[in-house]
Amino acid sequence: MRISFKDWVKSGSPWIWLNAGAVAISVMLVLGLVAIIAVRGLAHFWPAELQESLATDLQGQQRMQLGEVVEVEQVTAEQLRGAGYEVHADSDFLNRQLMKVGNRDIYGFDFRWVLQRDLQDISYPPYAVAMERREWGNFYGYLLGITENGELLGEQERGENHLWEEAQKRIDRAVDIYWEIHALEKQDIGAINYELEQLRLEERRLELEGEDTPENLARLEAERQKWDQEYQALLQRLNALNEDFSRDSFLMETTDGYKLEIGLEEVVRAYQPNNMNLFQQIGHYFDKVWEFVSEDPREANTEGGIFPAIFGTVLMVLIMSVIVTPFGVMAAVYLREYAKQGFLTRTIRIAVNNLAGVPSIVYGVFGLGFFVYFVGGNLDEIFYPEALPAPTFGTPGLMWASLTLALLTLPVVIVATEEGLSRIPRSVREGSLALGATKAETLWRVVLPMASPAMMTGVILAVARAAGEVAPLMLVGVVKLAPNLPLDGNAPFLHLDRQFMHLGFHIYDVGFQSPNVEAARPLVYATALMLVAVIASLNLAAIAIRNRLREKFRALDM
Amino acid sequence: MNTSAQPRTHGMNMGDLNRDAASAELSLSQETPCISTRDMSLYYGESKALKNITMDIPKNRVTAFIGPSGCGKSTLLRSFNRMNDLIDGVSITGEVNIDGQNIYDRRVDVADLRRRVGMVFQKPNPFPKSIYENVAYGLRIQGINNRRILDEAVEWALKSAAIWDETKDRLHESALGMSGGQQQRLVIARTIAVKPEILLLDEPASALDPISTLKIEELIHDLKDRFSIVIVTHNMQQAARVSDYTAFMYLGELIEYDNTDTLFTNPSKKQTEDYITGRYG
Repeated sequence: MRISFKDWVKSGSPWIWLNAGAVAISVMLVLGLVAIIAVRGLAHFWPAELQESLATDLQGQQRMQLGEVVEVEQVTAEQLRGAGYEVHADSDFLNRQLMKVGNRDIYGFDFRWVLQRDLQDISYPPYAVAMERREWGNFYGYLLGITENGELLGEQERGENHLWEEAQKRIDRAVDIYWEIHALEKQDIGAINYELEQLRLEERRLELEGEDTPENLARLEAERQKWDQEYQALLQRLNALNEDFSRDSFLMETTDGYKLEIGLEEVVRAYQPNNMNLFQQIGHYFDKVWEFVSEDPREANTEGGIFPAIFGTVLMVLIMSVIVTPFGVMAAVYLREYAKQGFLTRTIRIAVNNLAGVPSIVYGVFGLGFFVYFVGGNLDEIFYPEALPAPTFGTPGLMWASLTLALLTLPVVIVATEEGLSRIPRSVREGSLALGATKAETLWRVVLPMASPAMMTGVILAVARAAGEVAPLMLVGVVKLAPNLPLDGNAPFLHLDRQFMHLGFHIYDVGFQSPNVEAARPLVYATALMLVAVIASLNLAAIAIRNRLREKFRALDM
Repeated sequence: MNTSAQPRTHGMNMGDLNRDAASAELSLSQETPCISTRDMSLYYGESKALKNITMDIPKNRVTAFIGPSGCGKSTLLRSFNRMNDLIDGVSITGEVNIDGQNIYDRRVDVADLRRRVGMVFQKPNPFPKSIYENVAYGLRIQGINNRRILDEAVEWALKSAAIWDETKDRLHESALGMSGGQQQRLVIARTIAVKPEILLLDEPASALDPISTLKIEELIHDLKDRFSIVIVTHNMQQAARVSDYTAFMYLGELIEYDNTDTLFTNPSKKQTEDYITGRYG
């Protein structure tokens, strides 16, 4: 039986196909995006094999190279001829590969493109060492010897490996000392610096208030002496640790025969990727992932972790939620419950809705001009005159970033809350009023709890929008590298005036402002994945809360 | 139900009468009024929804309002505890006196008035809280938070509403898990927990099944010793079963108001007779 086109259209099937197709495409796009980010980002941490080969360059010179194969791509013969390569007439395409050869201190760069046809004697030497350093990026080469306090303890030839275990032990020892030094500097000495700064500010304040009497100054001086003494004690310990730290060094050789000594104070970890079994590889992988999420960045953000950025993002979003929720709810309650519904209310509602469509950079500019310079500047003059001309709140910081984003997401919360309030059945309100409750009591005890899931919906949308926002943050508080977390052990613990790091800005910075683009690229993916994960988990947390509330205040079947 | 035993009802099935045996002898003129309206009119904007109502609602009796849809019986009921204030554009002239005071006087505290004049609505509207908290709500509003007092009041209210046995083991479960009939009795318990003087019931059984309806009607009977009850109902049999006095309203006017037996068996107005015999409405 033939169905005519007209009948088919009439039956509604094309409409269903169209809709289903739209859903399918959306889902595929989202899944594809997440999959690409996940694969590229997560693959970065797997220990890549080290390939050694004899490479011939354009001038016909031959040299050994050792490194990770980062990617392989096809290039047209045409292009290569243009670049001065001799290419056989019957080959149209050639493969070239990007090698990460490391040793930036020696070669001056750590990535190199080579044509695969120019490589000879490709091998994967089992004892090749990849060494992550705190400066100059990775080192690839061979371990030849270990020295302690300048004395050679042991030596080995290339192709031997009996020093490896001893080397690992010494690296572990050095890393332990590193963390000890880190803790000492960040916490103990950091706290003393903080106290000394407070003393300086207090002295300045006394001066400004004209109370810099000798007694007061003497008191401050005594306190300063006390802290100084403590500092000296810590400094001695620090020096001892530093000496210990640089006790050992390794004698290393690159594949093309350059020898150098690498102090263990520079080494983060060393491993032999070609000599690892699966379990070691998995262990290494999780080590690296953990480092990525839990440590500070190194080397202009191209190495190390992104912990400060994760922390900054989450903290900012939390503070933003804490600010935006009460404001949005109060505004919505007034608009929906108390304001006389008329022209003015309608206008305000339209204005609020339109605020949601204002480009975020506009909020950023507003935040900088109003919050940072005007409000912050005045706060400084009133409350922190002793610190001037160095600004306290009159400079971009966590507080202003959170406030700006709160402003940005306010319309979402207002609209969602209003929606929720309008859905509370009239009968429940009447039930409460009929028991002698006033309107305010009815709102507090019945209506607002019942509308709380809708408020949470607003907060969810606000969080989703705020966590992904970058543009305004660049103006009001996010920096490429923040020396301190905005939350620490020094009173008042939460430092709203501090600048902070943010995952979204970190992606921009690592991906587009980095001096070492090739090294940074996988980190861009990994950071993007982290950002998606952070937003998703913030949202899931909010959704979980909302579902609990929904269950509790399930709307009546009316 | 034996209909043949009640020939007075124009052949209408009135069911078991739930009223005092002596109700035929009741007379409005001998009652103490608890609510008295004087020439009360209510406007929705321009249109006059209640027209010059003057009536006395007797104390500790059940008074039913009947009439076709839109006749204003619910509006009249809602004007007894100023629920109409919540609707935009409502204005009222005349007086509604409760205990000798005009409740539309500006000095009247509306919240206090509503505590004294409780109301139960057509559809059960429990709060999304536990059964206990639903009943304790009105008391907590009054600032009573003493656990012992609340416990006693909740138990008393639930027992008075004849729902204690069904709820005593699940006081702290959500009230929304109960059946419609239970919810409505819970709402009645919640209303009487604040010990109002007057109980307004706005078609309290219209959304319920017959068995639940029966329970509500029994409850009304039990409660009338302690409260003055005004009930709006669509259902004439129900009015006949539960009420001592019945008022028939039509198009915003009070057509006839008399003791229930008289109104159903021997109406003095033609309109009333037409309505109760089912000729319109």
